[in-house]
Amino acid sequence: MATDPYLSVAALTKYIKKKFDADPHLRDVYVKGELSNVKIHTSGHIYFTLKDQKARMPAVMFSAKAKSMKFRPESGMTVLIRGDISVYEASGQYQLYAQSMQPDGIGDYYLAFEQLKEKLSKEGLFNAARKQQLPEFPEKVAVITAQTGAAVRDIITTLRRRYPLARIVLFPTLVQGQGAVQSIVQSIQQANRTDSDVLIVGRGGGSIEDLWAFNEEAVARAIYDSNIPVISAVGHETDTTIADFVADLRAATPTAAAELAVPSRIELLERVMGQRQVMFRLMSNDLEQRRIRLTQLQNSYPMAYPDRLYRPFIERIERATDALQRETVLTARRSSDRLAMLSRQLENRKPSDRIRQAERDLASLGDRLDQRITQVFRQRDQQLKSAIRTLDALSPLKIMDRGYAIPFKEGGVVKSVDQLELGDRLSLSLKDGDIETVIEAINPKDKERD
Amino acid sequence: MAENNMMFNDAMEQLEEIVKLLEQGDVPLEEALTLYQKGMELSKLCHDKLKNAETQLVTMMKDGKEVPAEIEGEGNAQ
Repeated sequence: MATDPYLSVAALTKYIKKKFDADPHLRDVYVKGELSNVKIHTSGHIYFTLKDQKARMPAVMFSAKAKSMKFRPESGMTVLIRGDISVYEASGQYQLYAQSMQPDGIGDYYLAFEQLKEKLSKEGLFNAARKQQLPEFPEKVAVITAQTGAAVRDIITTLRRRYPLARIVLFPTLVQGQGAVQSIVQSIQQANRTDSDVLIVGRGGGSIEDLWAFNEEAVARAIYDSNIPVISAVGHETDTTIADFVADLRAATPTAAAELAVPSRIELLERVMGQRQVMFRLMSNDLEQRRIRLTQLQNSYPMAYPDRLYRPFIERIERATDALQRETVLTARRSSDRLAMLSRQLENRKPSDRIRQAERDLASLGDRLDQRITQVFRQRDQQLKSAIRTLDALSPLKIMDRGYAIPFKEGGVVKSVDQLELGDRLSLSLKDGDIETVIEAINPKDKERD
Repeated sequence: MAENNMMFNDAMEQLEEIVKLLEQGDVPLEEALTLYQKGMELSKLCHDKLKNAETQLVTMMKDGKEVPAEIEGEGNAQ
């Protein structure tokens, strides 16, 4: 780090300038002095020196501020300046940068005005939002000003000319000098106890001292507290008072205040006539349009041929009637057909037939049973006869017919000679009787030949 | 009509209201005709009031009484 103890001129000057700028006392100063070396540059900036017996300082007022000054500064004038102190680095000079300038003599007023203005502004008494709306057609205009003089005359003349419908109520008021503030405040308060629609508060032109009452706090507050809208009209166009800031509407002059307070009769007459014309035109147009619509309706198809309106309905009814009849006949026919069919089916399924069939079946079965039994009997009969014939043929009697006899011994039939012995008694049964014999010889047959 | 007592303000407001209604154009015929008639009466009333009005000028006294005002130099004003 270089530790060069020497500063540049610019750096040092910049430092000094910072010191000036940081000082709150130098940021907003009020200073009184005599003007000298006043030079008004073509750009509008004013360069001058402010001095008194003991000191002097260079000063500048830039054109933006200089333009709003109401007097032309000249060397030798004592002035009151509000501004700030800073350093002009290029020339190493501190300077007074003037924001505003007033010729001395009104200095106290000026200060008081600025201070009150700032105070009330901070309190919000000038807020646009607090401004009351002026009535369009005031019935009663209260005028608070001196009973005599140009101001009241201008106001009355203008109100009369513009809007004779309004009733003018004058509140004779002291507007300058001792007791003016109190008088103005009282009049505003008194007017607020009437049913006035708007207040004009003001006076004609004069010196700043003459107008001063309208820069007093009490007046400002009375205007602010008024429940009736206030139009301020103090002095000439160039005069601006605290009352103007507080009022609901500021008029440049008393005449202007009267113009702002009421509408113009001429314009209103034109407006009324205009309304008449508009109404007439609207009504004529309306009637004309209704007439056209009526004609259109009268000529419209349904109105011209009313019978055609219901013709389609008649056709529909007729068609529907036909269809209904057709449908009824068809339904009846279908029903009777079905009845016949069902009857036939019923007839076909009648049980008497089945009974008759069953009877026939039964009879047939009976016949068949008879036949069968007869047949069985005949078969059995023949079998019996055949059996009888066979039996007959086999009968021993038949055999005996042919000469055979049956030997018995002791009741039993003798089938072999072995059963016999000599001397045995042997009975022989012949065809037509029995005989008794005795065995006298036995001659068995050769067995070998057997 | 008892509307001669009507304030200009009210008459004017009613008149403008009627014109507005007619301008909207959706008023039934009978009503439109009534409105129109009323509007014409109101416009005549306003007109007459504006034509014939004479400014009333009074001074409010400290005790709250109103007295007819006398203004110097008023005589030669137009």
